[in-house]
Amino acid sequence: MAGRAKLVGQALAVGLVVALLGLLVWKVVKDESGGAAAQLDAGKKPPAPAFSLERLDRDGTLSLASLRGKGVVLNFWASWCIPCKDEAPLLQKTWVDNQDRGLVVVGIDAQDFRGDARAFVRRFGLTYPIVHDGKGSTLGRYGVTGFPETFFVDRRGRLVGDHIVGGIDAGTNLEKFRTGVELALALAGQAAAATAAPPSQQPQQDLVP
Amino acid sequence: MIAVVLSLVPALVPAAPASAGTAAERPNPADLEAELVCPTCKTTLDQSDAPVARRMKAFIRARIAAGAGEAEIKAELVDQFGPAVLATPPRKGFDLLAWAFPIGGLALGAVVVGLLAWTWSTRREGEAPPDGRPLDPELERRLDEELARFEG
Repeated sequence: MAGRAKLVGQALAVGLVVALLGLLVWKVVKDESGGAAAQLDAGKKPPAPAFSLERLDRDGTLSLASLRGKGVVLNFWASWCIPCKDEAPLLQKTWVDNQDRGLVVVGIDAQDFRGDARAFVRRFGLTYPIVHDGKGSTLGRYGVTGFPETFFVDRRGRLVGDHIVGGIDAGTNLEKFRTGVELALALAGQAAAATAAPPSQQPQQDLVP
Repeated sequence: MIAVVLSLVPALVPAAPASAGTAAERPNPADLEAELVCPTCKTTLDQSDAPVARRMKAFIRARIAAGAGEAEIKAELVDQFGPAVLATPPRKGFDLLAWAFPIGGLALGAVVVGLLAWTWSTRREGEAPPDGRPLDPELERRLDEELARFEG
């Protein structure tokens, strides 16, 4: 009887250690998965992680699913981020110039006070939808590591183009941004053409102020 | 009797609202900064100089100056940044496991040690060895002889 109890105790102890080890491995793998950004950087076109977040520009929430059928520019930002201030005018102009073509720019404010974010929106006269990711859960699923970062979602809800780390308003990021907008807006079958065409031949030259 | 009742009165009176508190009851900003985490660098606010950490420190001082209590300020920051802003997990929901595991582990360890100590202390002299087999008489006789020779 004592021998059996000892065996059960040993089995329980080993089971507990294995369970804790499994938990550790799961956590490490989860943290290093890199979210959707890692898949995008690996050349895949993963579905854009869904979200439904509180709006800052008006009451209610905005879900990514509600934008299906439109091209979407997702811009992660915070009011204390200096490059976010530099790129805000370009994002606003992109939104104004391309609404008729079916483009939506969505600003996802995170790691920020709502009041500060609203003041930022007023200061730069932003009229595109702004949402607040208070818990930062959307940041994790997209693999955002800093601000600003920008993603492009096509009309079928897939991430396309390059995800842009840093401000979109200068250097190679500006070319990536133009291409990303065209890929997001492209209808089925047009995506390859948008990718192949160099930025200087893109039809929407007025994206750049 | 009256003295006993009077001595209990302070304990029975509910705490005054934070907004009506005196300076002595106000939370210490340094204590709060050690209990809250900067969302960008994941260290406590007192160890961070990130822009958002500086903004949060300013918010804490402004709220304390306005008379807000510790719990109120923490709740407001959780509302803005989520529960991860707390350096220690809340004692509810899934986060309760973070408290339950160490305490449960300690309690389980104490029970196991206690049981082992009790088992060892109650094993009587002359009791059969742990494997339950009695000692061979011939082996026992030789052992006694060897011991007698060693002691003699």
